[in-house]
Amino acid sequence: MAKKPIEPFFWGLFSAGGVVAAFLIPVQLFLFGLAIPLGWVKSPGYESLHVLLGHPLTRIYLFVLCSLSLFHWAHRFRYTLYDGLQIKHLNEVITVFCYGAALIGTAMAGYLLLGLN
Amino acid sequence: MRSSEVNRTNEYTPFHPRWYRPRVSTYWWLWKWPYLKFVLREISSVFVAYFVVLTLEQIRCLSAGPESYAKFQEWMKNPFLLVLNGISLLFVLLHMLTWFNLAPRAMVVRLGGKRVPDLLIAGANYAAWLVVTACVAWIILR
Repeated sequence: MAKKPIEPFFWGLFSAGGVVAAFLIPVQLFLFGLAIPLGWVKSPGYESLHVLLGHPLTRIYLFVLCSLSLFHWAHRFRYTLYDGLQIKHLNEVITVFCYGAALIGTAMAGYLLLGLN
Repeated sequence: MRSSEVNRTNEYTPFHPRWYRPRVSTYWWLWKWPYLKFVLREISSVFVAYFVVLTLEQIRCLSAGPESYAKFQEWMKNPFLLVLNGISLLFVLLHMLTWFNLAPRAMVVRLGGKRVPDLLIAGANYAAWLVVTACVAWIILR
C-alpha cells in the first residue's frame, strides 16, 4: 500500500480523471473509433485536424484528458486487482506498475503535445 | 501433569489467534449481478486507458505528417479494431452512467435549507454531458 498521506492525492486524481473521462471520452471514441472509420460521418481530414492540433488550447485539453484519464485508470485498476483477484502479496508491484504507467503516459503526452514539433 | 507443561499452556502467546476465515473463490464476483456490475464498472478503466493509447498514437501520426495519418486512418478500419472500439465505447458509457448516478452522493447540494433531489443532480450532469458532447463533436467535425 502507498503511504497514507499520499492516498487522498491519488484519489483526487482518480476522481478528476473520472469526470473528464465520463464527459469527453464517449464522443471522441465514437467519432474517431467508429463513426469516421465506418464512414458514418465525413472524415475531417488531415489538414483540419492538424490545424486543430496546432492550437495551444487543444494541446492543453488533450494533455489534461490523457493524463487524468491515465491516473483514473491507475487507481481503479489497482483496486480491481486488489479486491478482485486476491493477490495482495503483489501489492507494491501493482502500485508501482499502475502509477508508473500513468506517469510514463503523461510524459509521452507531454512530449507529443507540449513539445515544439 | 508436570509443572513445565502447565507453565507452557499458561504462557502468554505473542501471536494473535487466527480468525476463522472461509476461503473466498477468486471468481466471487461472477455469480451475482451486483458484484458483476461492480467489477465491470471497475474494468471500464482499462478501456479508458486504451482510449488514451489510441489518442496518443493518433496525435503522433498527426504530427508526423499526412502519409502517416493516412496510414493511421487505414489502420483504424481494421475489423478487429472496430470491434474493440465498439466494446470500449460500451464500457466507457457504463463508466459515464455509473459515474453520473453516483454524483448525487458525492456532491450533496442544499438550496434554501433543502437537499436538492438526487435525480436533479444526476439530470444536470446528463444535460451537461449532452452539451459537452455536442460541442466536442462540432469542433472536431466542423
